[in-house]
Amino acid sequence: MEHHQLAIIGGGPAGLAAAAVAANAGLECVLIDEQATPGGQIYRAVNTIPKQRATLLGPDYQCGQKLIDQFNKSGASYRPSTTIWNLNSQREIGILHNGQAALLSADRVVIATGAMERPVPFPGWTLPGVMTAGAGQILLKSAGIVPNDGVVMAGSGPLLLLLAWQYMRAGVNIQAILDMAPQNNLWRAMLHLPRALFVHHYILKGLKYQLQLRRAGIPFYKRITDLHAIGNDSLAAIEFSDSKGKQRIETSLLMCHFGVIPDSHLSRCTGCKHHWDPAQLCWRPVTDEWGNSSLDGIAIVGDGSGIGGAVAARHAGRLAGLESVHTLGRMSTNERDEEARADQRWMADDLNIRPFLEALFRPSPTLLGSPKDETLVCRCEEITAGTIRQALHAGHQDTNQIKFFTRCGMGPCQGRQCDNAVSQLVAHELGVEMGITEGYRIRPPIRPLTIEQLATLQGVDEDK
Amino acid sequence: MKTDAIIIGGGLMGLSTALHLGLRGVKALVLEKDSPGRHASGVNAGGLRQLNRHIAEIPLTVAAAEIWKNIRNLLDSDCDVELNGQVRVAETEAQLRSLQTRVDELQALGFYHERIIDKNELYRLVPQLINGCVGALYNPADGSARPFHATTAFRRKAISLGTQIKNGVNVRGIEQIQNSWRVETNQGSFSAPYLVNCAGAWANQIAATFNEAVPLTPKAPMLMVTERLPPFLKPVVGAVGHKLSFKQTQNGTVIIGGAHLAHLDLEQQRTEIDFAELKTSAKTVTMLFPHMASVRIVRAWAGIEAFMPDNIPVISPSAKADGVFHAFGFSAHGFQLSPIVGHIMAGLILDGKTDLPIEPFDIRRFQMREEHRE
Amino acid sequence: MSSIFRRLEEPDMQWINIDIEGKTVRVPVGETVAAAILASGLHSCRTTPLSGESRAPFCMMGVCFECLMEIDGIPNRQACQVQVKEGMRIRRQIGTGEEYR
Repeated sequence: MEHHQLAIIGGGPAGLAAAAVAANAGLECVLIDEQATPGGQIYRAVNTIPKQRATLLGPDYQCGQKLIDQFNKSGASYRPSTTIWNLNSQREIGILHNGQAALLSADRVVIATGAMERPVPFPGWTLPGVMTAGAGQILLKSAGIVPNDGVVMAGSGPLLLLLAWQYMRAGVNIQAILDMAPQNNLWRAMLHLPRALFVHHYILKGLKYQLQLRRAGIPFYKRITDLHAIGNDSLAAIEFSDSKGKQRIETSLLMCHFGVIPDSHLSRCTGCKHHWDPAQLCWRPVTDEWGNSSLDGIAIVGDGSGIGGAVAARHAGRLAGLESVHTLGRMSTNERDEEARADQRWMADDLNIRPFLEALFRPSPTLLGSPKDETLVCRCEEITAGTIRQALHAGHQDTNQIKFFTRCGMGPCQGRQCDNAVSQLVAHELGVEMGITEGYRIRPPIRPLTIEQLATLQGVDEDK
Repeated sequence: MKTDAIIIGGGLMGLSTALHLGLRGVKALVLEKDSPGRHASGVNAGGLRQLNRHIAEIPLTVAAAEIWKNIRNLLDSDCDVELNGQVRVAETEAQLRSLQTRVDELQALGFYHERIIDKNELYRLVPQLINGCVGALYNPADGSARPFHATTAFRRKAISLGTQIKNGVNVRGIEQIQNSWRVETNQGSFSAPYLVNCAGAWANQIAATFNEAVPLTPKAPMLMVTERLPPFLKPVVGAVGHKLSFKQTQNGTVIIGGAHLAHLDLEQQRTEIDFAELKTSAKTVTMLFPHMASVRIVRAWAGIEAFMPDNIPVISPSAKADGVFHAFGFSAHGFQLSPIVGHIMAGLILDGKTDLPIEPFDIRRFQMREEHRE
Repeated sequence: MSSIFRRLEEPDMQWINIDIEGKTVRVPVGETVAAAILASGLHSCRTTPLSGESRAPFCMMGVCFECLMEIDGIPNRQACQVQVKEGMRIRRQIGTGEEYR
């Protein structure tokens, strides 16, 4: 089996930073990434993008280039276009590249798989013409593709505003922006404002986007509830309620966004401890200040360990890099602590914004905990909230029993789209909101692997 | 709290025992450390197989098959039972001869449920099988069911008959007080005149409290399931020359097993897929079903199960303690037997006897060996 | 219906030809199949094996598995994770896939 001192999974800010620090300190280190170019989702395609498009995306995006340059200079080896389909507690990593599967191992593994958008079921969310704002941004970044006919943008979260702003600059017809954050979010967020003012540039940026979007005459609707996507074979209109009552907008494209959560499939697959974060409303691995998980030699950093954003992810990546250098015997505790100080400070500063953002953009509890009976919760197996409620009341009172009984979460996405929703629905129905104790048990392969690819798996003893 | 019988273990055997006691008016209390069907009972491949069983199990498997045929009568649910047969493929003439020998042996004992089919019938049943196989052992009355649905159906029916089930119960101690067994747990203590050990992979720990050492090995056989495919296969397929169980479910997915083992941490109740082992399983599939090569695996998992050295279960009264009974160690083929095991246990508990031959499953078979060695 | 997406006009693009639902379509080098079909005006990429309802790419980052398509005769491929290649044949997937192996 191919062996490495350090394997880093994911080529976003955390992974790139960890790799650069570790390789510069002389560790033998490999960075494995699903994408064809470094940058993760946040800096996707940043080093291949046409200049005109980069300008459109704004300066925050363009600063990803520096991180990639540092990584390229560091001497860390790089495996792009490589899918990870397993990681176990013994730090054996299942990879797939060009159709060839292999197992490799490492003394230490840093998981930096980043975030995914929070899947929130609502009636009609499976219709063609409904997609996530993240999807819209990927189309823009990696392919320069934008809405042609007009788009409605709905939900809550910084990404929604950012994408709207980028679309505006690209001349896209934004039909409406639907703010779905509940009214009392603002007051709750104000409690965290003093702390957030340490990093007021984030707030100013958000205000700037809002102001420019309003000046451009884009209609804003506030405190939206009851969002429905309507259409036969594809989206024709959306309906919702606001303070003025029931509203309807004809549109062929709805982009929705309800914040981001850790992409925790890989970390959960290892079996390390996770807990439900009631502020971020998601599963997070239990980690220490260096990103170390409950399993020996496995660390999780960046948005994959809890949402902190790109800047915090970069610092956390550097810290995990230093810790790797330290635990593999190339740096004393004192040296590590000395080297870490600046990153720890910057990271702590940057994280001051999070409680404010979490409170401001927190999705409504009704939206998350009590979808209507007819709403599809599991997109793959087409399981409705009503079916899940029936299973619950028939005595299957945790998420895994519901999975076994209804097949919810057993389709091709392996529960990525319904896990959080089912956890919250169960908690809501059973009245144990703060004590969500169990998500789906994640089973490998966490990415599709064909039978032939498994049959020709490299890196295992042939005589077995 | 007082009850008629305490059953430790809320898997299929425990629930079936509770159900059969309930049918006879006896109310059982099932103590389950996790949730019903959490381990082997709920996550196995759901095979309803009489084919190729140990001779000692044949009277039981035949009786169980009769119950499965009309499982709704017992459980008010069909458990997604499908009886499309099971085949055991012979790739060589020598393998086919060994199967013929088995059929002859069974017929001498008066059992006719297994028969040899020639290659024409085999390819009619399994058209996608690789060319060149010569025949198979076949039982058209075999099939499969959905294990978690079956577990649920047993549970619900048992409850409707007066069974009480407690989840999340850890047994801390067992003691006899006069004519009653008292079980101390994290949720209080419970007493009953009868105590039944259906604790699966943990049953040896329960047996040990009665000084009954049993050579039980917990293991975790792996299964994998594919994406949905258009229908191509009705019966469940095994093979003489390979560790394989291969079946397409009603929803189109294919479940592949073969008793390849996962890494197991019993203490943490955690299994980890051994992909080196699972590779063997995948190789077997690509060899026998070449059209499966580009099919994607969606998930692999393993259930924790008790294996005995002779691969047949313990179904017997305790040899050391009055009023204590055991049913465990089904060695990864207990699913089909579950409805009859409950019937046997209810007989043993309430009548002191059963109408089926269970001598081979006596717990004393290990104790005698142990004592002999001493 | 008109296309719900369009491409920004950018200089110096390199193009290749692929086949989407039997039509030859010009697409930029390096693009994903999911992006290519959306830009070409295809609204949905498949129907589900259960209810048969239409679905389209949803997340574009490999986590939702909605963009399953038949690519070069192989069904169930994630269109957002596959890059276009000259001459590639892309079909909407009907249920579990029609061009089955």
